[in-house]
Parts: sequence; structure tokens; C-alpha cells
Amino acid sequence: MPQKLIALKNCGFINPKDITTYLDRDGFKALKKVFNGLTCEQVIEEIKASGLRGRGGAGFPCGLKWALASKAQGNEKYVICNADEGEVGTFKDRYILEGDPFTLIEAMAIAGYAIGAKKGYIYLRAEYHHHLDLLENAISQAKERGFLPHFDIEIREGAGAYVCGEESALMESIEGKRGEVRYRPPFPPSRGLRAKPTIINNVETLMNIPQIILNGAHWFNQLGTEKSKGTKVFSVSGDVKNPGVYELELGSRLKELVEDLALAEKVKMVQVGGATGRIIPYEMINTPLAFESILGAGAIIVFDETRDIIDIVHRTMEFLAEECCGKCAPGREGTEAMVEILGKFSRGEGLNEDIRVLQKLASTMMLSSLCGLGQAAPIPVIDSLQYFRSAYENRIQKN
Amino acid sequence: MNKGQEELLVLLQKTQNELGYLSEESMAELAKSLDLSISDVYGVATFYSFLSAKPLGRNIIRICKSIPCYLKNCQIIINTVEKEIGIKPGETTPDGKFSFQLTNCIGACDKAPAMMINNDVYDNLTPSKISKILKAYK
Repeated sequence: MPQKLIALKNCGFINPKDITTYLDRDGFKALKKVFNGLTCEQVIEEIKASGLRGRGGAGFPCGLKWALASKAQGNEKYVICNADEGEVGTFKDRYILEGDPFTLIEAMAIAGYAIGAKKGYIYLRAEYHHHLDLLENAISQAKERGFLPHFDIEIREGAGAYVCGEESALMESIEGKRGEVRYRPPFPPSRGLRAKPTIINNVETLMNIPQIILNGAHWFNQLGTEKSKGTKVFSVSGDVKNPGVYELELGSRLKELVEDLALAEKVKMVQVGGATGRIIPYEMINTPLAFESILGAGAIIVFDETRDIIDIVHRTMEFLAEECCGKCAPGREGTEAMVEILGKFSRGEGLNEDIRVLQKLASTMMLSSLCGLGQAAPIPVIDSLQYFRSAYENRIQKN
Repeated sequence: MNKGQEELLVLLQKTQNELGYLSEESMAELAKSLDLSISDVYGVATFYSFLSAKPLGRNIIRICKSIPCYLKNCQIIINTVEKEIGIKPGETTPDGKFSFQLTNCIGACDKAPAMMINNDVYDNLTPSKISKILKAYK
């Protein structure tokens, strides 16, 4: 299946430093359409009908999020664009930001209009500081042209914390605090940044908005599967000949992406969704990429037959333990305990009992962790135990 | 919420850029001016990996050690940098020129192995590129 470009429509086709090249490709037409006669409700209805779901990994329906924030009481509301792409193996938002900052700005302005917010923030990860000038330049060009009459966009930079890509930790960070996750409910649309109604959307989610407004929900929801509408941008890395960013219709097969486009050979397994993503053995390479099967934020790391599953899972868990914010015990202690046990297997010192402990710990963490990091951290462990169990059994201490 | 709180992270980032690290004095001053406790300031300062409460070198090398860079043999790059500047990750050269750290995913996985020096990204690294890259920093 060929690529289908919606979110990436302008990447490589416009000059990201020059708004006129964006205007030549229907730039800000959606915003004009909104200003010229759509009510907030109509905008939200269109997004709802499109079936657009969040592209940051959780897949929450975008229109519903906007509707909740729109209905919430409050004199001040906020739109936040989550550009804190820290997931291991994800670089699609970087590609979008450096290729087409204008669509993002247009989409944020539409979101602001829809929910009644006058202020938007782009939370940019510290590692992307080199794109700060480009983004600021795009915002000021949009302002000069009069596209942001009632909406102000400010960039806030992160300071190096994976967990701040989690929406509640992100808001804590904008509030100047440690990026520790919050207890929920309340959810951001009712009580978010500075305790005001807030929507937080991933960069890629927002990139779809202008075209949905221009072409209509029906155009968008014809693409994809029943529960996953539209396209998805994937970041492909690891053992492939052509690493990079690809946009495919949702429901496309993992094989098309990994073998046909990225040209992987002798694949042993693929991790889909970053550090907390599913590990898919080669036998399942025909799995469709969609919210109802496997997706996450679209990080695709390919491993060939030379790779050792235990080594990979162990390293991944070390990362999660390091980046866990430490607020809840299942996240903080659970990831550390898993690092220790996986390390034993890695050194060939595992015990039969350890497999049982890993499984028990995994279900405890999934049930009781405060945020997605701790809840999803055991996923690669569980998958590796299911699909590559013999790798563990071969590393059990022999005495 | 204390009004000064929201300015804290931005001001810590500013101090970090100007001073190269967050000294005890600078944190105490910030606490006073924002009407926060010193422990509040220290708590935020030590949460984020791009802030440092210890003095660092003039240039900070951060080599990505996450899985995509690991698959592309970032260890060779780490070894080469160690050899070039004579220190291990976590250390600073005696002349204060470089601090050397290992970091998590910097979003350059399509061009792995990759590293950052200060705010600049260097990708598709090979050992032979390292010495030339490092020479540009004073």
C-alpha cells in the first residue's frame, strides 16, 4: 500500500520559514472557514464525526475531548500542544515540526476557537531546542498576517524528562514544578493547567484538524478501520535499510511498513509503540496497525535475527526505571525490581521462580500504577515471556 | 498555588544557561525572590536531566544510549569519545572544556547513532567523525 499523506501533506513541499509557501497550499483556509461562519459546536461536531483519535498513544477521541473542555465552566481555558516526544524510537513530531510548523499553528487556533481558549502552549522537549527559532518564527509570521487575532501561542521548553510527555506531568512542568503525574480524575478538560479547563493534543493529532475542517469529516472517516480513522505517521528505526518517517492509512499491515517500505530483512521481532510498546514476533508481521490491535504513538523498532530479546527487554526496563517520576510505588519500585530480575536472566543467573515473580509483578504494576508509564512498563516483559519464553528458560541457572 | 512557582522552571533554565549549572547560592536567591522554600527549588532543579546542581564543563556531550542507537552500536561512539577527551560518562574534563553524559532517546533514531553537544545534534556518527566534531568546541 502506498503512503497516504495527510499529517505530512506539506512536509518537504513548503519552506517552513516562509508562510507564503504554506498559503499557496491552502494554508489557513480552514481557519478562515471557521471564522467565516462555523460555530464552536459545528467545529467540534465535525471533529467528532471524523473519528479522529489522539496520536500520542492513548487514542482518546479528539472531538470528545474538545467537547468536554468546551462545555466546562471557566473564564480561562487552555490549548496545549504536546511536543514532548520522548518515546524511544519516536521522531515523527520532530519531522513534522521541522517540515511544517504552520499547520500546527492553524490547528491550535482552530482548537482555541472551538473550546473558547485565548491561550495556547507548545510544550517543546529540551532535545528539540534547535527547532525553537523555527517555531517562534512561524508563530510571529502567522501573527503578522492576522491569523491569530484572539489567540496567543507561547512555547514552553521542557528540561529533559521523558515522563513530561504524560499529560498531567506536562502540566505540572508548565506550572514550574517537578514533572510528577497527577491523580485523575479530575481530567484536564474539566481541571487542567492552573486548574482551568484544558485540552492537550499531540502534534500529529493537531496536524489532521485543518484538512478535516476543509474536506469534511466524511472524507476523513472513509480512511482507516472501523475504530481507527484516518492515517498514522510512523517512525521506523533499528535493523532496516530505510529508517525514517512514513504515513500510512490505519489498518495497514506491519509487514508493509517494515518490509516493503523500510526494507527490513531477516526480522526477528518488532517493537511497536516505544519502550512500553508491544513486542511482535515475525510470525505476526501481518498484524494490522490500528488502535484495536497495535499502534501506540507509532514508534516502530525493528530487530533482526542477531538480536537477543532478553538484552533488549532488560535495557528497555532500565530506561523506564530511570525515567519513572517516582511518585507511586508500583512504578518506582516495580520497574527497579524488574531491572534486577531481567538482569539476572541477562547474566544467565535466572531462577524458575523469577518467571513467576515477573508475571505477578507485571499484573500488580498494570493494575495499580498511577500513570501510563508504570501501567505499560510490563508490556514488553509479558510479550517476551509469551513469544520468546525459551530465551528465558535457556538463561535459568544450571545448578 | 504560589505565583512564583510557575516562573521557577523557566528561571532555573535561564540560570543553567548563563551559569552552566545551578549553584547553591543561585538556588537560594531564586527561592527568596519567588517566595518558595529552598527545598522546593532544589526539588525541581534535580528532577530534570538538563538541569544540574553540580558544576559542568563549558560544553556538554550527550550520547544517546536508547535502543535504536544501541542497535547502531553507540558503544563504539561512547568508547571513541572517552578516548578523545580522556573521561568517562558522568565526568568533566579537568580543564572544564567538556562534560560527558549518556542520555535517553533524543529523537534522531532514523540517523542513529546520534549525540548532542550543547544544543547541536550530530547524527549518523562514526568513530572517524568524532575528533573533527569535538575540535569545533573550545
